Amino acid sequence: MRDPLDVLEARSVFILREAYAGFKNLAMLWSIGKDSTVLLHLARKAFLGRVPFPLIHIDTSFKIPEMIAYRDRLAREWGLTLLVGRNDAALARKETFPDGAVDRLACCGLLKTQALKDVIAGGPRWRLDLETGAYEPDASREPFTGIVAGIRADEEGSRSKERYFSPRGSAQRWDLGEQPPELWTQYNVDFPPGTHVRVHPLLDWREVDVWDYIRREKIPTVSLYYDQGEGRRYRSLGCQPCTSPVASTARDPEEIVAELRTGRLKDVAERSGRAQDAEDGGTLEDLRREGYM
Amino acid sequence: MSETPRETLRLVVAGHVDHGKSTVVGRLLADTGALPKGRLERVEAYCRLNSKPFEFAFLLDALKDEQRQGITIEAARGFFKTARRDYAVVDAPGHSELLRNMISGASRADAAFLVLDVRDPAAGNARRHAYLLSFLGLRQVLVLVNKMDLAGYSEQAFRRAVREHGSFLDSIGVEAAGFIPISGRHGDNLAAASSRMPWYAGPTALSALDALGAPAPALSGPFRMPVQDVYGLGEGRGRAFVGTVESGSLAVGDEVIFYPSGKSGRVKSFEEFPASARAEVCAGMAAAFSLAEPPAVERGELAARPGQRPPLVAARFQARLLWLGVEPLTSGKDYVLKLGAARTAVRLEKAGRVLDSSSLAAKAGAAQVERNQVADCVLRAEAAVAFDAGARFVIVDNHRVCGGGFVEKL
Repeated sequence: MRDPLDVLEARSVFILREAYAGFKNLAMLWSIGKDSTVLLHLARKAFLGRVPFPLIHIDTSFKIPEMIAYRDRLAREWGLTLLVGRNDAALARKETFPDGAVDRLACCGLLKTQALKDVIAGGPRWRLDLETGAYEPDASREPFTGIVAGIRADEEGSRSKERYFSPRGSAQRWDLGEQPPELWTQYNVDFPPGTHVRVHPLLDWREVDVWDYIRREKIPTVSLYYDQGEGRRYRSLGCQPCTSPVASTARDPEEIVAELRTGRLKDVAERSGRAQDAEDGGTLEDLRREGYM
Repeated sequence: MSETPRETLRLVVAGHVDHGKSTVVGRLLADTGALPKGRLERVEAYCRLNSKPFEFAFLLDALKDEQRQGITIEAARGFFKTARRDYAVVDAPGHSELLRNMISGASRADAAFLVLDVRDPAAGNARRHAYLLSFLGLRQVLVLVNKMDLAGYSEQAFRRAVREHGSFLDSIGVEAAGFIPISGRHGDNLAAASSRMPWYAGPTALSALDALGAPAPALSGPFRMPVQDVYGLGEGRGRAFVGTVESGSLAVGDEVIFYPSGKSGRVKSFEEFPASARAEVCAGMAAAFSLAEPPAVERGELAARPGQRPPLVAARFQARLLWLGVEPLTSGKDYVLKLGAARTAVRLEKAGRVLDSSSLAAKAGAAQVERNQVADCVLRAEAAVAFDAGARFVIVDNHRVCGGGFVEKL
């Protein structure tokens, strides 16, 4: 029998290579979380060590500081093209949940969905200078036609209904009722002008697979995922005001795998620490229809 | 890790609308302990709030429109495990408008549950889905005769459903791996044996599922790797030919022939990150190899080995295809063919015998192929492509996949 992680890895690598062959302007979302960092590792495998397209990080300015330091360090170590998008207008107007101006869902909509849509459509974005470590305005303003994202089907309801190659229509909306057929692994990379395709290589991975793979491949991850002796750790990472740690004493990927398989987290939902999910009735459907990752 | 790796089997649940597919899947997730804490309670609270009777189906029908209309719109995935192995399950919609979503889920499955209402086993989409499972070549089909609770758990009713649907399955060449009387709502014979049907001595749905075979890559057979791409390896290090091995194996030192061009080369090394000393790749692996004196080969060719059965090379072939486009497939119009890693313009030369996937009424000599019809047709591509008999392809029209099928012969 083949190791299930090898099966998942080969499937994801195939998808990444199809996406790279199919889209002229491809980019990959990197949230600094465990899933998109696994995706980044898979991309390095698929393309034999280098990542031949930019990574996009949507910075809400409310991320936990360690995440940003880790992002910049890895980008410089691995020679990544890193683009950062941000909704500066909303931040300047203090139109955010932490500022008390809007609710959590509206905040996600502005700081994540809108910022992402602007970068995809060719709005302003900042590029990390790998020499100096500073961020400069990106000279290119070309829209992206393919966006690779590390979502998984087992995270929540609307993601369980996704395609591997999922077309986004005008205004970048996800028309869930009208998804085209997707047969075998003959993925569709065709798209009408003015639209783009979201590519989801991790759709078949479960949370425990992600951690088992991080363990096997020794993928570097932020320390927030591990208990530092206080009996708690983050299971899912988002913005500081809307993410809370879970009670856990797991100190490394191996202990997390054990905790998910047979330990205290084996029947607790992964995103139970993410407050915006609860406001959307337990799914991210409304946010995701509008363009959320 | 001390735990031995567990295999995953991909299961699709098909059948007519309202015959209880989502209920079966929801129940399986609940009964195998696959649901996170509080999930069941949340759905129960939702049902109370909206004055609806509790349905296990709401665990899968997560979309707001689905809960409003009480139907499954888009195929949902779920995960559960038994003592034997892990399962990834796709709950396919049963509504005939949503056939494209059912096919998408079923095309990747290793096995299927076909769910029938014991009171209406001949319903249109029960037959259509059975036919499409056979069209897709899915050989492991378990028929769950559902809603036994509404038929008084009657053996007679079960036998009648088995007779009616069984003879239909025979007529389309599907050999069911078993017929199991169940109640999705009450969980009879799904995860646990039912005491309400003492006349039934067979396995539960889960134990019948566990007895099915797992998917295995085609390790024997000729080496085949559609060339997905060719990557430069950096200064002086040549190029890597990348793709996923579909069958057979390839080792350092082996000769590779690319079809249709006929160009060839000898494997110098396998390229991996992080670097490895791999000496061989085999079916199922995503591979990259460099060649001594590499030829100019692009995405779309099929890599094979001399001394093994060569692939077919042709621009014209007979195929069996399912059409899902709103506009019919007609001759005299250019479409895009995707076969292996190849992509080329294609036209319908002859529609041939056309079968309605619902009524299964056949019609010879049709001029075009309508939505949800299966056709034995002749396709002519602009350029020659390399493939084996049985190769899968899709047809793209107006930026959408509108159909797909199998190459039958030249």
